[in-house]
Amino acid sequence: MTTAESTALRRNEPSDLPISAVVDGARAVTIDEVGAVQRAAAMTTRSIKTDAKLWGLDLAIRTMDLTTLEGADTPGKVRAISAKAMRPDPSDPSIPSVAAVCVYPNMVPVARRALEGSGVHVASVATGFPSGQVPFSAKLDDVRAAVDAGADEIDMVIDRGAFLRGDYATVYEEVKRIREACGDAHLKVILETGELGTYDNVRAASWISMLGGADFIKTSTGKIGSAATLPVTLVMLDAIRDYWDLTGIKVGMKPAGGIRTAKQSLQYLVLLNETLGLEWMRPELWRFGASSLLNDVLMQLRKQATGAYQGSDYFTID
Amino acid sequence: MATKPNKSAAKPGATRSTKVNPPKVRAGKAGPDRWDYAPAPESTKIVQLRDRYELYIDGEWVKPASKKYFDTASPATLKVLSSVAEANAKDVDRAVAAARRAFETDWSRRSGAERGRFLFRIARILQERAREFAVLESMDGGKPIKESRDIDVPLAAAHFFYYAGWADKLEYAFPGRTVRPRGVAAQVIPWNFPLLMLAWKVAPALAAGNTVVLKPAETTPLSALLLCEVLEQAGLPKGVVNIVTGAGDTGASLVSHPDVDKVAFTGSTSVGKLIARAVAGTDKSVTLELGGKAANIVFEDAPLDQAVEGIVNGIYFNQGHVCCAGSRLFVQESVADQVLAKLKRRMETLRVGDPLDKNTDVGAINSKEQLDRITELVGSGIDEGTDVWQPSCELPRRGYFFRPTVLTGVSQSHRVAKEEIFGPVLSVLTFRTPQEAVEKANNTPYGLSAGVWTDKGSRILSMVDQLRAGVVWANTYNRFDPTSPFGGYKESGYGREGGLHGLAPYLHVD
Repeated sequence: MTTAESTALRRNEPSDLPISAVVDGARAVTIDEVGAVQRAAAMTTRSIKTDAKLWGLDLAIRTMDLTTLEGADTPGKVRAISAKAMRPDPSDPSIPSVAAVCVYPNMVPVARRALEGSGVHVASVATGFPSGQVPFSAKLDDVRAAVDAGADEIDMVIDRGAFLRGDYATVYEEVKRIREACGDAHLKVILETGELGTYDNVRAASWISMLGGADFIKTSTGKIGSAATLPVTLVMLDAIRDYWDLTGIKVGMKPAGGIRTAKQSLQYLVLLNETLGLEWMRPELWRFGASSLLNDVLMQLRKQATGAYQGSDYFTID
Repeated sequence: MATKPNKSAAKPGATRSTKVNPPKVRAGKAGPDRWDYAPAPESTKIVQLRDRYELYIDGEWVKPASKKYFDTASPATLKVLSSVAEANAKDVDRAVAAARRAFETDWSRRSGAERGRFLFRIARILQERAREFAVLESMDGGKPIKESRDIDVPLAAAHFFYYAGWADKLEYAFPGRTVRPRGVAAQVIPWNFPLLMLAWKVAPALAAGNTVVLKPAETTPLSALLLCEVLEQAGLPKGVVNIVTGAGDTGASLVSHPDVDKVAFTGSTSVGKLIARAVAGTDKSVTLELGGKAANIVFEDAPLDQAVEGIVNGIYFNQGHVCCAGSRLFVQESVADQVLAKLKRRMETLRVGDPLDKNTDVGAINSKEQLDRITELVGSGIDEGTDVWQPSCELPRRGYFFRPTVLTGVSQSHRVAKEEIFGPVLSVLTFRTPQEAVEKANNTPYGLSAGVWTDKGSRILSMVDQLRAGVVWANTYNRFDPTSPFGGYKESGYGREGGLHGLAPYLHVD
């Protein structure tokens, strides 16, 4: 336990600001694309070794939302990844559990039962994931069903159609109302940055989501080609830092999609470290949304412990 | 380490708990605590140094007529790396004679395509031996390995590739004109980018058909001497490139030598003036790339987080030992507090220390002399009433180091706003209107470079028109490319290096 982990967090609450003030804040900061990309690239040249590497990889597991979001998901599949989530490497009891298992709303009861008492959270995507192109009433129903079935965390999608046509009020109001529907469940707001087109838009959507009451902001659904990237994550972390400066409230960050290797996960943690620092390096404020990342991290940890790489058959698929 | 596991003994599926120690923490004075990384030193095994280096003249290692040698040491560890010959006037004479002979009998008679082939070879060998050069550059000069690895060495190779391409196309470089090489080029280079400055000078000279006598700086001669191995590997004819090592006297003998046709110098303005005097009244052509006191101008509508990166990169890159460093920050008064707060927070993440650690951002100051000069100038800033801020980073106990420094409350009339410090020291000034920014930025004897940060495209163009600086970066800083000319206004020198412009000084264009 580091000192950071014992700090109590004040939860982000939806703001009362009128939409004009929300939009002004959202557009107050511009992002230079070349500069953001260059800064993010600099993070990839950090060399993380020995103790620092072990701690980073351990943290990558502790902050992971192990995810299965397929049409083909069945109770069997969800029970399997739940088992993996609780004990990622049965041969090594020192490996921690992941932070949460992320599933569709229909699978929440299964995951809830499988994870009972383990401390691993149940996260559910909702609000017409991944496109969000359903009536708002359906989004609310989706969220309520997941929460009623025992989800600890809700991953909603913003209405990118509304955002891109300049209807920020809809985006803001939806986040606020979904947040309300979540009750005690924590809300992660997915921006689907791959559809927003510019870093200025990523910044604006981050700001609107945080003012709407997001507990976390999240890059992507993982369902389109362009998912989490380091520059997108940097822009969102900068927004979180500015929100913290303004309100004193710490909002969490979740890059998701496309993070498959232990090396990538360390690059993200370096970026987090050099932007927001150690305080954010815990499951309450940082998550990796990933499915295949876990085994690569386990392989690296085993390599650190034994000095040798082992084949993929020595790690369970789920 | 007795407990280190044996690789071959590791069995698949073996049970072994992974002990995870709590993270090492770096306390932040102006920002949050950070996760500290474990040391990640680059091995120096790849560099095989000789105990002593002679002069490289006419393709041979020859003992100096002076019979004198001087030590070159690592500024980070103060360990002596090697002993290097000191060339006197007689040695310089011998080197110029070798270059003259090679020019008359060999190099100028070869076709452009042939010259290009040698340059391409040099570029490729530099790439192949990149790690060796990067490590050596960091050992001898104190710059962080990530810079020598990612910038100095790749850019040096890129310059050779770029000018290799021109060698057989000179008649197209200046359409309708006839071109011929000038002859023997005397080149004197500084210690801040030893290999890169060599490449900036040698590559265009050779492409244009000249031969070269080059003097590296006395604190950083080793990469030029290692390059002699590359020249031999590439099969470059004898005498085409000659390296004479030494200090100011050697340089003076070289640039004032009567049989030199072209002088190229990069270094301080005071030495540049001496050289200009030495060659006045001769038919030598001269290019001088001298000091700078660049203005980095941040407008209130700028992308501030990226501007802060640009400020950091502008002045702390290479410990501020950069002639085009953004050493004067002009920030619009309406965002000054915000920018400074962001800057300080960002500076807490800078890692200052062992140049060979792959995570080091700011390395060692190149020499005791330079460290003293930086210390003296910062002291003058304190005496003049500026406020000094430095991050809380620890410095190594040995070696020449200086904390990245921000001076606020600086006025145009303060020494720290006027004189080139050539160290990791930023002087912060404010302005109210674009016009005021231009006037203050131009109010300096220098004019090498400038930076403009704004989201407004039209303002960039109007600023670029008004700033008297050879390079103006817009929403970025310290970016270099072989295709782009580089050089100064006023006391920052004359002539251009890089690009097509950098070829012209090495040619008679009729």
